[in-house]
Amino acid sequence: MRKIFWIIWKDLAIELRSREVTGAMVLFALMVLVIFAFSFLRPGEKLPPEMIPGVIWVTVAFAGMLGLNHAFLPEKQNDTLTGLILAPVSKSAIYLGKVGTHFLFLLLVEIIALPLFFIFFNIQMQGSVLYLVPVLFFGTAGFSGLGVFLSALSVHTKSNELLLPVILFPLLIPLLLGGVKATGIVFNASWADPVWVGAYWSWLRLMAVFDIIFFTLSLVLIDYVLEV
Amino acid sequence: MIRGENISLKLGEKTILRDISLVVDPGEFVVLLGPNGAGKSTLLKVLALILKPTSGRVIHKYQGSDREEDIKRKIGFLSHRSFLYERLTAWENLEFYGKLYQVADLTRRAEEILEQVGLSYYCHDPVYTYSRGMVQRLSLARLLLHNPEMLFLDEPFTGLDQKGGEILTETIKVLHEQGKTMLMVTHYFDRGVDLAGRILVLNKGSKVFDGKLTSSDLRDIQEFYRAQVETE
Ligand SMILES: Nc1ncnc2c1ncn2[C@@H]1O[C@H](COP(=O)(O)OP(=O)(O)OP(=O)(O)O)[C@@H](O)[C@H]1O
Ligand SMILES: [Mg+2]
Repeated sequence: MRKIFWIIWKDLAIELRSREVTGAMVLFALMVLVIFAFSFLRPGEKLPPEMIPGVIWVTVAFAGMLGLNHAFLPEKQNDTLTGLILAPVSKSAIYLGKVGTHFLFLLLVEIIALPLFFIFFNIQMQGSVLYLVPVLFFGTAGFSGLGVFLSALSVHTKSNELLLPVILFPLLIPLLLGGVKATGIVFNASWADPVWVGAYWSWLRLMAVFDIIFFTLSLVLIDYVLEV
Repeated sequence: MIRGENISLKLGEKTILRDISLVVDPGEFVVLLGPNGAGKSTLLKVLALILKPTSGRVIHKYQGSDREEDIKRKIGFLSHRSFLYERLTAWENLEFYGKLYQVADLTRRAEEILEQVGLSYYCHDPVYTYSRGMVQRLSLARLLLHNPEMLFLDEPFTGLDQKGGEILTETIKVLHEQGKTMLMVTHYFDRGVDLAGRILVLNKGSKVFDGKLTSSDLRDIQEFYRAQVETE
């Protein structure tokens, strides 16, 4: 457990100095927001409410994707991945450490991008912003968990950057669907109506189940997948 | 003690190691020779539990528990790749690995080992500012930090200058005298080979020679080695 923390600490210390990964992710998120702002906003008009969840999840998915390319790639530089596997840490601890780092990076992007999103598009929410928190949490955790697992799988393939999204996106569909639907409800639906509230909870449940399934599978399989 | 039983390793269609069995007793110093691509580095990785063999098994026996984690704490591995994080300082690299290996009294141990390899003065500079030789010294510090009993050395002389080579030869000698078990891959017949009690020769993934050499053999070890590899 403590070793997971140390792996995250190491990655954060490196990132704090280079800011390569989070810098790119944040810039990317801003670019997406700005492009959406240009294309959807006319003077005096508001963003069509159906677009809101789309804008949010496109930003999260693409920034997250960018981060995944840097999950294991830097560990190849001096073959530090071999150093990690050689050390008395389980592969699942290495995996969880990498998930932790990616999760924190993506969370940072969300924390920076969301307020800007509200400002850019002048959004008013129907539900409380607090309802958005578990949706983003399960969405981000699931994305990081599955994404880091798949990037461990493709560490050795030359076409790393192509293979990853090709497998990742189809598998992510249930999670993204849940995220988009639940987010839509938080922003647009009437929270006095128990039907919508029920729908919100069931989309959230879908995301939680997705996370549990893929985390369990990843932890079982990572021993066979993560190789030097 | 380390025992490999019928180790084979296939990557895709390619057979990289072919049915290798060997035992290395505590305190032994074995040198592993063989031409490029023979599978020496791969064998070392399998024996150091970095790679899983396709078939066969690797058994380590030391004092204390047999849990994989405790066994790994007894293993040290030095290759020409440094396993170091360029953006971290020497100190932080040792701190990180020290935490993973649960080194007792880490601060003191890290200071001591940095002193030993002569990097105390530079220990708060990031590793990317280091010269090749300094990186090699820091790798040596990383190798010795947790005081391993079983050492795997994969071409440890690569990239070292005359002086660095001498320091390493000296270190290896000391480790041998301390009773550490060592398995070393090298292409330099004039360094360390004379210390080794035993020689293993690998060719095309198979073990072609394993045995002690008498001092007369040692003198023309290159001839001997050539003979082993060419008879294949
Ligand atoms: N990841 C890999 N994928 C495919 N083949 C590999 C891989 N790693 C090693 N090989 C192959 O395994 C064989 C043995 O490689 P290895 O690095 O163990 O040789 P070596 O004896 O250490 O050679 P050298 O003296 O050049 O260091 C080579 O033919 C190499 O091409
Ligand atoms: Mg080699």
